[in-house]
Amino acid sequence: MGENVLVVVGTKKGVFVASSDAARKDWKLAGPYCEHWPINHAIVDPSDGTIYAGGGSEWFGPAVWKSTDKGKTWSHSSAGMANAAGEEPIKAVWSLTASPDGTLYAGVQPAALFKSTDGGVNWTEVKGLQQHPTRKDWMPGGAGLILHTIVIDPKDTKRMWVGISSAGVFFTADGGKTWEPRNKGVRADYMPKDQRYPEWGQCVHNFALAAGSSDRLYQQNHCGMYRSDDAGKTWQSIEKGLPSTFGFPSAPHPHDADTVFLLPLNGDSKGRYMPDAKAAVYRSRDAGKTWSDMRKGLPQENAFFGVMRQAMATDGMKKAGVYFGTSGGALFASNDEAESWSTIAEHLPAISSVETATLKA
Amino acid sequence: MDASVYSNREQGGVVNVTLCAPLADLFPGAPRRLKLSAANVNEMVDGLDEQWPGMRDRICDTTPAIRKHMNVFVDGRRAKLATPLNAGADVFVVTAISGG
Repeated sequence: MGENVLVVVGTKKGVFVASSDAARKDWKLAGPYCEHWPINHAIVDPSDGTIYAGGGSEWFGPAVWKSTDKGKTWSHSSAGMANAAGEEPIKAVWSLTASPDGTLYAGVQPAALFKSTDGGVNWTEVKGLQQHPTRKDWMPGGAGLILHTIVIDPKDTKRMWVGISSAGVFFTADGGKTWEPRNKGVRADYMPKDQRYPEWGQCVHNFALAAGSSDRLYQQNHCGMYRSDDAGKTWQSIEKGLPSTFGFPSAPHPHDADTVFLLPLNGDSKGRYMPDAKAAVYRSRDAGKTWSDMRKGLPQENAFFGVMRQAMATDGMKKAGVYFGTSGGALFASNDEAESWSTIAEHLPAISSVETATLKA
Repeated sequence: MDASVYSNREQGGVVNVTLCAPLADLFPGAPRRLKLSAANVNEMVDGLDEQWPGMRDRICDTTPAIRKHMNVFVDGRRAKLATPLNAGADVFVVTAISGG
């Protein structure tokens, strides 16, 4: 029995699904799905192949779309995804994560965490996060006050980290009842000089657990790249050797905890596109100590695109595939751990997320 | 217009509701035109949600109010949730201009 790789792509105008066999050379693209809704994050639940897509329509508000047949048919719901009457309504879903325990989590704008135990049909808020004493002072980032990253320890699903722009990383060990900020060592360059390492308030862009680890995290921040080896209690800069301190996604290798892929842009205030307009993914094999620029097959002139926080992913194959999608609608793929690249699609709508699943054929 | 009458609220007459295509398309089986009884726009939205669960969330936010980029017109005038409905009123639920 072979394996199929799905690459699920969230865009400004719906979801696309690319599929290939294990060789990952020939891709078939399907979509757009979800009635052209702006989708911030589309994922595949690895336990059963269900696709979930979270976003928000200017007309119809926030919702999580769901397909159990790889995109052929879809349903949608936001039942229970509500703030109290009189409060600011929820505008959009920004992140989704399927826990190994069967719970589906959604991060929304304004920043809050919801969960569903019936496959995305009904939602309830994880209220402990809102009760954190810092909540009233959280400041929005450029995209608003959004909860955009949800990471769950697969070995103990009560341990979770969330990323909020720009409140920083928060951690719970009790399934969401209580939370603490975990940002020590992470810079906030936009604060006065003597306040650049606050307890919370950092502009986290994205982070993820290293392969097989419950404690090692890789983070791309607005102000630098970081690794933590103690579940986020402390962070060390890993930006030396990279062309800038700015980028959005972080994509750990699926099997090797020392390998991680980042995609630095040229800088916070320089246009936020590829450095020197030449596209490259940066790979570290030693947990961020040294970096290699991986650019074979990627455009090396006039690459004035960005790559958003959820728009790079690895697959689960033995020789890992790496994928990223651009603000210009191009979807790039590597089937050899970023050594060489090809194009799956060139002219999609602006891509906001790329996630993968490896399924039995 | 040949449409079924949905909902039989004790108060409020039967009104003629037209749903824009992008809204109706989100709910398989929902017609573009229907009749239901409702005394005001909020009751009309309740009637729609009873037939097609989730439709309220697409028309209204949790303020509660009609969504910023949705419009409800009653006999040609832009309405709010509290706008009363007279029997025979023509109600249009439409998407407003929104770019991007």
